Amino acid sequence: MTLLETEKLTRAYGGVVAVNKVSFAVEEGLITGLIGPNGAGKTTLFNNITGLDVPTRGRVLFEGKDITAAPAHKICRMGIARTFQNIRLFKDLTVVENVMIGRHFKTGKSESRGRFFNAINSYIRLREEEEQIYGRACEWLDFFDMGGMKDELAKNLPYGKQRELEIARALATDPKLLFLDEPAAGMNPQETDHLMAIIRKIRDLDITVVLIEHDMKLVMSICDTITVLNYGQKLAEGTPLEIRRNQSVIEAYLGKEE
Amino acid sequence: MLNFFLLILIYTGIYALMALGQNVITGYGGMLSLTQAGFFAIGSYATAILATRYGWSFWATVPAAALFSALFGLLIGLPTLRLKGDYLAIATLGFGEIVRNVLNNWDSLTNGPMGIQKIPMITIFGFVVNPYKKYAFLVVLFITVFIAYLLFQRLARSRMGRALTAVREDEIAAQSMGINITKYKVYAFILGASVAGVAGSFQAAFTLSVSPGTYTFMVSVMVLCMVVLGGMGNFKASILGAFIIQLISYLPQLTGLTAIIPPQFKQILFGLILVIMMIWRPQGLLGRERITYAKGGAR
Amino acid sequence: MGVAEFFQHLMNGLTLGGIYALIALGYTMVYGILKFINFAHGDVLMAGAFIGLFVFDWLRGSAALGVWTIIAFFLAMLVSMGLSALLGMFIERVAYKPLRQATRLAPLLSAIGVSFILSNGAAWAFGTRSRKFNYPFDNTPITIAQVVITPHQILILAVSLVMMISLRLFVNRTRMGKAMRATSLDQPTAMLMGINVNKVISMTFAIGSALAAVGGILIALDFKVYASMGTMTGLKAFVAAVVGGIGNISGAMFGGILLGILETFGVAIFGIPTGLKDTIAFGVLILILLIRPEGLFGKVEKEKV
Repeated sequence: MTLLETEKLTRAYGGVVAVNKVSFAVEEGLITGLIGPNGAGKTTLFNNITGLDVPTRGRVLFEGKDITAAPAHKICRMGIARTFQNIRLFKDLTVVENVMIGRHFKTGKSESRGRFFNAINSYIRLREEEEQIYGRACEWLDFFDMGGMKDELAKNLPYGKQRELEIARALATDPKLLFLDEPAAGMNPQETDHLMAIIRKIRDLDITVVLIEHDMKLVMSICDTITVLNYGQKLAEGTPLEIRRNQSVIEAYLGKEE
Repeated sequence: MLNFFLLILIYTGIYALMALGQNVITGYGGMLSLTQAGFFAIGSYATAILATRYGWSFWATVPAAALFSALFGLLIGLPTLRLKGDYLAIATLGFGEIVRNVLNNWDSLTNGPMGIQKIPMITIFGFVVNPYKKYAFLVVLFITVFIAYLLFQRLARSRMGRALTAVREDEIAAQSMGINITKYKVYAFILGASVAGVAGSFQAAFTLSVSPGTYTFMVSVMVLCMVVLGGMGNFKASILGAFIIQLISYLPQLTGLTAIIPPQFKQILFGLILVIMMIWRPQGLLGRERITYAKGGAR
Repeated sequence: MGVAEFFQHLMNGLTLGGIYALIALGYTMVYGILKFINFAHGDVLMAGAFIGLFVFDWLRGSAALGVWTIIAFFLAMLVSMGLSALLGMFIERVAYKPLRQATRLAPLLSAIGVSFILSNGAAWAFGTRSRKFNYPFDNTPITIAQVVITPHQILILAVSLVMMISLRLFVNRTRMGKAMRATSLDQPTAMLMGINVNKVISMTFAIGSALAAVGGILIALDFKVYASMGTMTGLKAFVAAVVGGIGNISGAMFGGILLGILETFGVAIFGIPTGLKDTIAFGVLILILLIRPEGLFGKVEKEKV
């Protein structure tokens, strides 16, 4: 089943078309890779899907609902979480606080009651609510074997751990769909292996994953399907094997043979 | 001497209320607002007008003052809070000046530069809190400050406090965590404004008269100074800051050196405090309050 | 309203706007490079006006109005520009430079501190009364086609025009100007290209402050010199910078003139009470923030994710 799709999504900045009529589909339960040379429009596509940028034309559909141009926080609440290419942690907060923020909108809401009642209720039952949030945040940290680093400031973590913390924070929002923007960037081989295992574990939780990555070993070994962008346009899509054999993909990466 | 000390304590209380509000806006939300004086004025005039013209009791005017200030907070906040933080500083600075401008010119309501006199004293169950005797007033005021402190402290340790912190640290990441950043900024701004309005009510009930000259830009800078000096993001520190700044304000009178120390002395000192703190101790005297989490949630 | 009256108000608006524009340039240049609002800019303007006043009165002595007083006026202006430039550079060095790596809030707070020190320091040193800045020439109005123009208005227009043209030439034609533009576009890259960014920032403050000094002296001819003169004038000039698109030099010039005209016409034509004249600038600010927050000539800046 298709969880998310873009219909001819276009994003132009003045005369520069960063993403050009891209129709991109994400199948539920799979790990989808989004690759392409630098400047191909991968991050722009992410931003347009997750509400940090607004498409010039085209639509974004999530579970069949049109979410084009919805604000980022609403998109997150629908079940789409993401990480960032250049890590955006809350640097001066502790590790556990970072993850707790991910639980923000997951608590203190009862659909059957009004907004005002909920606000008062969560003010009175502060302790109980905080315990819940804290407990869930710790579970996610344990998932990443980071339980021992709870009280460290996020900025003091090693680089690889910062990347993983960002994923933990995103997961704390209980997403159906998780976007990872270059999760392995800057990681050493051991860290990358750990990350690969984690991403598989995430998929096993029935969370659909889409990732942008330059590390071909990672992409080819864990992705079920891959979409290739080049100059803002979709160049190819298919299984890792198909992509590896695709002539135009090889050309885009290595240049045409004369 | 004792009298001056009591006076300092009373102004510490009134300004502490404003500083608590400023701390929510600036310390937690990371937004530079320069208009506590404006909300302070609105609160004072709300109490003055409702009490003298319509015969409301002080306790009825307090929520009205908070509400009016909050309303103006919303009015000024909505257009500016969506934008980058720097505009807020200028817009709020302008707003403070406009409030004073209007108070000076709207004669039929505010009696212009003359202000409003003969504001009735606070009464509690028939007991009159005479501000000239200070002690009773001090008690009532500090109970209010304490309640405000507890409320804010609890709020800061809730999801709201954490959401505001997230917004301050990184707006884009906060949005992507499902936090409606404009909403929380506006909340912080409204809370900060309304508590300044309450401070205004007490100011009116203490001096028993209000006039536009009280609510200058200097008031806003003093409040800012209190928060910066004590430590941004720490409510206890805001109250401590309020006390120190008031102590400095009355230093010439306390030491009996009014003849030697120029009247601008304290303002220059406030300016120096801001610059020096930013360069050498940006976290303030006490620093940001850290919440320790353990099994069983926030303590 | 007759045509003559219209031109009369236009003339008044233009002169006021020219001054706003000069001051707005300082805000916009600093914002363009450091992305921060220099709250103390208005107080530098005040300092410039005081320096100009003292030097002019000293040079003039008891001389009657004539060629010498005009020369003295321009000499005073030059001295004031020089000293204000030094003051601006000094402020930057002491209060802002140590905070370049700090949080965004830190330099803003420091700037408010500096502003407070300057305005209250001036009140302490020179008293709180306002002083008259005497015209360096006979200011008898002349009537041209029913429009009454005073010589000092012509002076204001001429000086602002010259200053703005020189600034444009400086920024567009000189090496330093090019370095400034490069720094405002991308500081790290400018540094890698061998541009001394510290020097560029210093220079930016110097130029902005010198222009503010000129603005201060010109506005003093109309509204006297006093310690807190910088606050409201500074605020309005900032609004002008925002209207034009902060960071944009031509925008600041345009915004200043537009604001001057709006203020004059607001009072003269739309009957806004003089007491609420200062509200106009503020209303304009809120309006522009709502409709076009990047200003008339500004570019939308999106944070790169």
